[in-house]
Amino acid sequence: MLADYGYIGLLLAFAIFFAVTTLLIPFSLSLPARLTIYFRRFQQYLETHYPFMTKFVPPLPKFPKFMQVVPYHPGPVKNSPFECGMETIGKSWVRFNFRYYYYALVFITLDVMVVFIYPWAVELKGLGLFGFVGVLVLIFILFIGYLYAWKKKVLEWK
Amino acid sequence: MEIEEVYSSRELDKVEGKAINELIARSQEPIPDPDRWLDEDIKRNVLVTSVDAIINWGRRTSMWPAVSFPACCAFEFIATAASRFDISRFGMEIIRASPRQADLMITAGTLTWKMAPQIKRIYDQMAEPKWVIAMGACAISGGIFASSYSVVPGYNRIIPVDVYVPGCPPRPEALIYGIRMLHQKVSRESIIAEGK
Repeated sequence: MLADYGYIGLLLAFAIFFAVTTLLIPFSLSLPARLTIYFRRFQQYLETHYPFMTKFVPPLPKFPKFMQVVPYHPGPVKNSPFECGMETIGKSWVRFNFRYYYYALVFITLDVMVVFIYPWAVELKGLGLFGFVGVLVLIFILFIGYLYAWKKKVLEWK
Repeated sequence: MEIEEVYSSRELDKVEGKAINELIARSQEPIPDPDRWLDEDIKRNVLVTSVDAIINWGRRTSMWPAVSFPACCAFEFIATAASRFDISRFGMEIIRASPRQADLMITAGTLTWKMAPQIKRIYDQMAEPKWVIAMGACAISGGIFASSYSVVPGYNRIIPVDVYVPGCPPRPEALIYGIRMLHQKVSRESIIAEGK
C-alpha cells in the first residue's frame, strides 16, 4: 500500500543500513590497528632517512583492546597474490610468439566455416541448387584466403 | 622464503630441498594451541557481554572453510558437507577456494614436509580471525606415519590448531562434534581479553 516515494524511502533506508553495517562499522573498528601500523611504518621511514627528526614525533597513544575488534595484520605473505599456496615465480608480462596469433586467425576462419557447413549439410536437399552454389562461393572465398596465408608462410613454424 | 632464480629441474630440487630442510629445522617444537582466553577471568559488564555475544555469534555461525584437504580424510569431509550430514546447518556450506574469503581451515589428512610450506602459506593468507580444526590421526600426530621422515608429525608444528578431532578417519558425526566444540570456543572470546 506504499506510494512510490515510500518504496524509495525503504530503499534508501536499506542502502544506509547496508553501508553502515558492511563498510563503516568494520572500517572504523579496524582503524586503531591500521593507524598503529601506519604510524610504525612512518617511524621506521624517519629512522632510516631522517634520524634527527624522530625526537620531534610524539608517540602514538596505546589503543585499548576493545577498539581493535577487527584484526588487521598485513604482511608480505598475506598481501602477495594467491596461487594455490605456491609462491609466484617470474613475471606476468610474458611474451608470446606472434605466430600463435596467425594460427588462431586461420583456425577461427575454418572453425566458423565448419559451423556454417554442418546445418547446411543437414538441409542440403531442401535448399536445392541455390544453397549448394552459395556455400561453394563461401568455401571458394575462404580457400583464397587460405592460399594467401599459405603463400605468406603462416603455416611454417620457424 | 626468498624466491631464487631457477634454471633447471635439478636446481629447483636443490632450492626446494633447502627451503624444506630449513622449515623442518625451524618447526621442531609444536606451536601452542591458542586457548588463552578460555581460562581468563574477565570482569565483564553489560555492554561488553552483549557486544561479545553479537560478534561471536556472527563469527561462529558463518565460518567458511578453506580448501586444504591433502589426503583421504577429505572424503569424510565431503560426506559431512553433502546432504546427509549437511554442514550448511552451521552456515559452512560455502567452501572457499580462495583463503581470502575463508575463516576456518579443516586440515583433512596426512601432511608431508614438501606440502607443508604451501599449507602454511594458505594459512597465512587467510583473513583474520581464523581457526584451524585438525581432522584425523595424521593431522594430530602424524598417525601411522608418525615415524616417517617425510610426514609432518601433527599440523601444530607449522600452524596453531584450535580443535583436534581424532579418528582414522573421523566419522562425519565426530567432525560435526569438533565444529560444535570450536563454536563453544569462539563463543568464549571477548573483545577485551587477549584473544585472536
